[in-house]
Amino acid sequence: MNAISTTMPGPLALFADRLNGVAGAERHAALGALARTGLPSRRTEAWKYTALRALGTASFAAPAAGYDTARAQALLDHVLATHESLATLARVVLVNGTHAPELSHVPDTLQVGFFNQSPTFGVQAAPDRDPLVALNTALAEDGVMLSVAAGVKAGQVAVISLGLGGEQAMSYHPRHAISLGAGASLSVLSVHAGEGAYFHNPVTDIHVGESAELRHVTLQLEGVEAVSLGTVYADIAGHGVYDSFALGLGGALARHEVHARLAAPHALVHVNGAQRLGGRQVGDMTSVITHAASDCVSRQTVRNVLDGHARGVFQGKVLVERVAQKTDGYQMNQALLLSPDAEIDAKPELEIYADDVKCSHGATVGALDDDQLFYLRSRGVPEIQARQILIDAFLDEALALVTDETAQDICRAIMTERFGQKGGQA
Amino acid sequence: MPAVTETREAVEKLGQSTYKWGFETEIEMDMAPKGLNEDIIRLISTRKEEPEWMLEWRLAAFATWQAMREPTWAKVSYPPIDYQDLHYYAAPRRKPGPKSLEEVDPELLRTYEKLGIPLHEQALLAGVELPEGETARPPVAVDAVFDSVSVATTFRKTLEEAGVIFCPISEAVKDHPELVRKYLGSVVPAGDNFFAALNSAVFTDGSFVYVPKGVRCPMELSTYFRINARNTGQFERTLIVVEEGASVSYLEGCTAPMRDENQLHAAVVELVAMDDASIKYSTVQNWYPGDEEGRGGIYNFVTKRGACRGARSKISWTQVETGSAITWKYPSCILQGEGSVGEFYSVAVTNNCQQADTGTKMIHIGRNTRSTIIAKTISAGRSDSTYRGLVRVQPKASGARNFTQCDSLLIGDQCGAHTVPYIESRNMAARIEHEATTSKISEDQLFYCRQRGLSEEDAVGLIVNGFCRDVLKELPMEFAVEAQKLLQISLEGSVG
Amino acid sequence: MSQFLEISGLKARIDADGQEKQILRGVDLSIPPGEVHAIMGPNGCGKSTLSYVLAGREDYEVTAGSVLFKGQDLLAMEPEERAAAGLFLAFQAPVELPGVNNANFLRTAVNAVRRARGQDELDAVAFLKLARTAAKELSMAPDMLKRNVNVGFSGGEKKRNEVLQMTMLEPSFAILDETDSGLDVDALRIVAEGVNRLRSPQFSALVITHHQKLLDYLVPDRIHVMAQGRIILSGGPELAREIDREGYTKFLAEAEAA
Repeated sequence: MNAISTTMPGPLALFADRLNGVAGAERHAALGALARTGLPSRRTEAWKYTALRALGTASFAAPAAGYDTARAQALLDHVLATHESLATLARVVLVNGTHAPELSHVPDTLQVGFFNQSPTFGVQAAPDRDPLVALNTALAEDGVMLSVAAGVKAGQVAVISLGLGGEQAMSYHPRHAISLGAGASLSVLSVHAGEGAYFHNPVTDIHVGESAELRHVTLQLEGVEAVSLGTVYADIAGHGVYDSFALGLGGALARHEVHARLAAPHALVHVNGAQRLGGRQVGDMTSVITHAASDCVSRQTVRNVLDGHARGVFQGKVLVERVAQKTDGYQMNQALLLSPDAEIDAKPELEIYADDVKCSHGATVGALDDDQLFYLRSRGVPEIQARQILIDAFLDEALALVTDETAQDICRAIMTERFGQKGGQA
Repeated sequence: MPAVTETREAVEKLGQSTYKWGFETEIEMDMAPKGLNEDIIRLISTRKEEPEWMLEWRLAAFATWQAMREPTWAKVSYPPIDYQDLHYYAAPRRKPGPKSLEEVDPELLRTYEKLGIPLHEQALLAGVELPEGETARPPVAVDAVFDSVSVATTFRKTLEEAGVIFCPISEAVKDHPELVRKYLGSVVPAGDNFFAALNSAVFTDGSFVYVPKGVRCPMELSTYFRINARNTGQFERTLIVVEEGASVSYLEGCTAPMRDENQLHAAVVELVAMDDASIKYSTVQNWYPGDEEGRGGIYNFVTKRGACRGARSKISWTQVETGSAITWKYPSCILQGEGSVGEFYSVAVTNNCQQADTGTKMIHIGRNTRSTIIAKTISAGRSDSTYRGLVRVQPKASGARNFTQCDSLLIGDQCGAHTVPYIESRNMAARIEHEATTSKISEDQLFYCRQRGLSEEDAVGLIVNGFCRDVLKELPMEFAVEAQKLLQISLEGSVG
Repeated sequence: MSQFLEISGLKARIDADGQEKQILRGVDLSIPPGEVHAIMGPNGCGKSTLSYVLAGREDYEVTAGSVLFKGQDLLAMEPEERAAAGLFLAFQAPVELPGVNNANFLRTAVNAVRRARGQDELDAVAFLKLARTAAKELSMAPDMLKRNVNVGFSGGEKKRNEVLQMTMLEPSFAILDETDSGLDVDALRIVAEGVNRLRSPQFSALVITHHQKLLDYLVPDRIHVMAQGRIILSGGPELAREIDREGYTKFLAEAEAA
């Protein structure tokens, strides 16, 4: 009844063979949801600005059982070389969505579990809410489950997902979870990197307990041919903090989607981000922040720098439910267009049902400021360098929002490595 | 189906007698049977003595409409509309009105009183039937507000001398077919959207304005002044064309709530501005909003769009929306001419069970085009109000500028206020700025006013008017004063 | 009526972040007609709360006591009824009213109060004439009437605007809540003169202040020291100078000992 056919129109057909082989109640429910909705098209409001054409036309195979260890090691070494502190961090490494213990380095102090050992899907990322979550639910192979017991300050850990694309179209769908007990704290650095063509479709289920604090930085450094569509669901208890930042640099098509729910009074969420794209890259930062309790605070600043034919998308909804009195919400999206062919589409959205609130959002789009540029040049700075200084300054204000110092250093090091020497517009 | 048969017979009769009955038979005929089909459209076209091309245009629109689906993206909900259960053609008066003011809903009269409307005008607005012998006076036309025929005639003469054409669109179709053919549907194509297509198929009347080259229209044009403005009905069609270097200010609507039997309204307004032309279009919309429980009330699905075709042309929309059960309305500007300017100033107030989804679209096509959006949303009671706006900068619109400010005010904890801007830029040399805030009336402000002796309701009125000032000051003077009172009346019972 | 304003055993609390906080703990105070009284006291002693409770701010819950104003139960009245009855509060931090024209606001308030008092309303011309004269006496810039209420006003302009409103609303009892804060010497003098012009056997005032300076100009009939939600000491004008010289500590300690 729920069968997906390879001859169906739309990208869902590319997964037909694997989908029809799934087992288990949850996966079947996900399959059912997919059969009803298909994968989103631009007619779907939440995907108005981002098409899935980049998935191509070839059927996706599951990742092979083993992987090329030399290639994985080389890629990992390259990632770790970005910044000295990255190499010393505790790390869990996945290759093509599956845990690679030989590349990982986990201290005993951290409780790390794996999805393939005890598959649990959580309750937040329900398949009927989002077709990409449904796709993940149906096909999830593995994933990292981090949990920190109440009161434990668990330090920092990197979760590094490496994608090794080959000749055949391949996709992996890791299912991660992070759970912090009351008063616990953890800093997670999620790194997505890879080479060749692949489709990475991670779902992360996050629970921040009462008065707990999770700092979560996502470095999206996917390979230039990759498609990366990730979804994060975060539930934040009273006085809890979910402080997130996403830096988007890679992928042919990348979407970082965050659903954060402030579930009890005095919770705080940051959903910050920055992306710098060129060529024909498409980068989409989408978020839904739900204030479901009173006295909560949400902050969001997202900055986009778009060069070449790149297209940036920002969709940010702040939903304030009727009970969420004394909400304090702020959202800002800014875009800098460096090329005549670059494009930004932004949809900041407020949906408010409580009256005693203070909510605002802003958006700006423009090019580099001519007056600033002239000022720098009049002081003797060559134009190309002046442009670089202004672009760096624009992005740096977003990077400054990364509260974990190590993570901030790493972000800056990556920016320098990628853009530091090249100057501004090509 | 009996309705179809009946219609066919009616149409046949008309065809045979070639309008022998003309409009005189309207009172007997009263209205066309319910339902929408080609025959009904033919009937409308025939009754309005339209040329063949107009009928064909309508029929094409109808064919398009049949293939369309009602839009669902707006944040409004209402029971499904049975489009076959409506009358699409009705004579000016189809139900006997109240015989005197005593028979009029006292609630309505109370509102008139607050607006300071004189008694005889109250009667006209409420549709009270005039005594025998006075029927020579147009019974519904609001131009009576301005002392009737003589005034209107004076206006007509002044306008004619200036070369301005201002007449019902049904007249324009006959008298100025070259203009109507050229511009009708050129801004809002018949198939633009579901409601526009419906309007194109069945519109019954509306206004036509043509301001020739270099003419500054010597007065503000208003539907008030138009002798034939009565019962323009649920599918109003307005077309305003302003030639090079000319300008006009057009006022639509009325601050007093109008008695109206039609629940569905789907109007289309098209504006065309050539080089250096300017059009200012102001609306005060206060259709019946339904009762406190949300029973009744107008569904207002309007398509309004202006084309700034010429260089340095300017189109400015100002709206104060307080009425209707549902408002679905996005007055827009297509900024094609180099250096053209689009403006949208809006106040939308919803109370009780009203729903409003309104905003604008600014499409920047030409170089150095500029747009400004100021939208103030006020929600009270159990109502929902959404600002939905699009700012799009096309690749050639270098130097384009947009500034948008959306502010929402919530009164009470059972309402909703939403802001949904779409910002799309494909030009690096364009600059877009958008700001939005949502808040409630602060206790501090309320207390301050009350300490100075103002009642709570007056204090709310004052603060709300202050909140809307940037929009209200764009209204022509006489409208602005009425609009201020209207805001306060619309929010009655929402505090305390 | 025995007294003009009679506060007896007044207790009030506020609900702050879900915590009940008792601020007034039994205030007793009488002000006869025609007198100017001053309340001094350290920060957080309840001075401003007293002014808010008298003016009818709903955030405060009166838990005990009574206030009689010209024989009427003040606490039973709405804020605007109190204003009409002649009570005026000059706010410590006057709130901004964006988009609301200052002259228009003032005229609305004046006519609301006049209506309630059975007086004829002022037409626009008569009102403007009065307002301009009053503004001039307070050395206010002519454009202040055209601006929005308190929006973008400096601290001094806000305070003058308060005194302008007081002049126009003709109260019989005014509470000046730290009207001197943020004023330079010249502004202080102008504001004080504005208050002094209102002085008459029919006008009383309660001046809340930290400093002696304002009292040099206003010369109060009585000084009250407030601490921990109560009046702990009352005396003549000399008390203010003593406080200015020695601080509150001494008086607080004495009150504690007593």
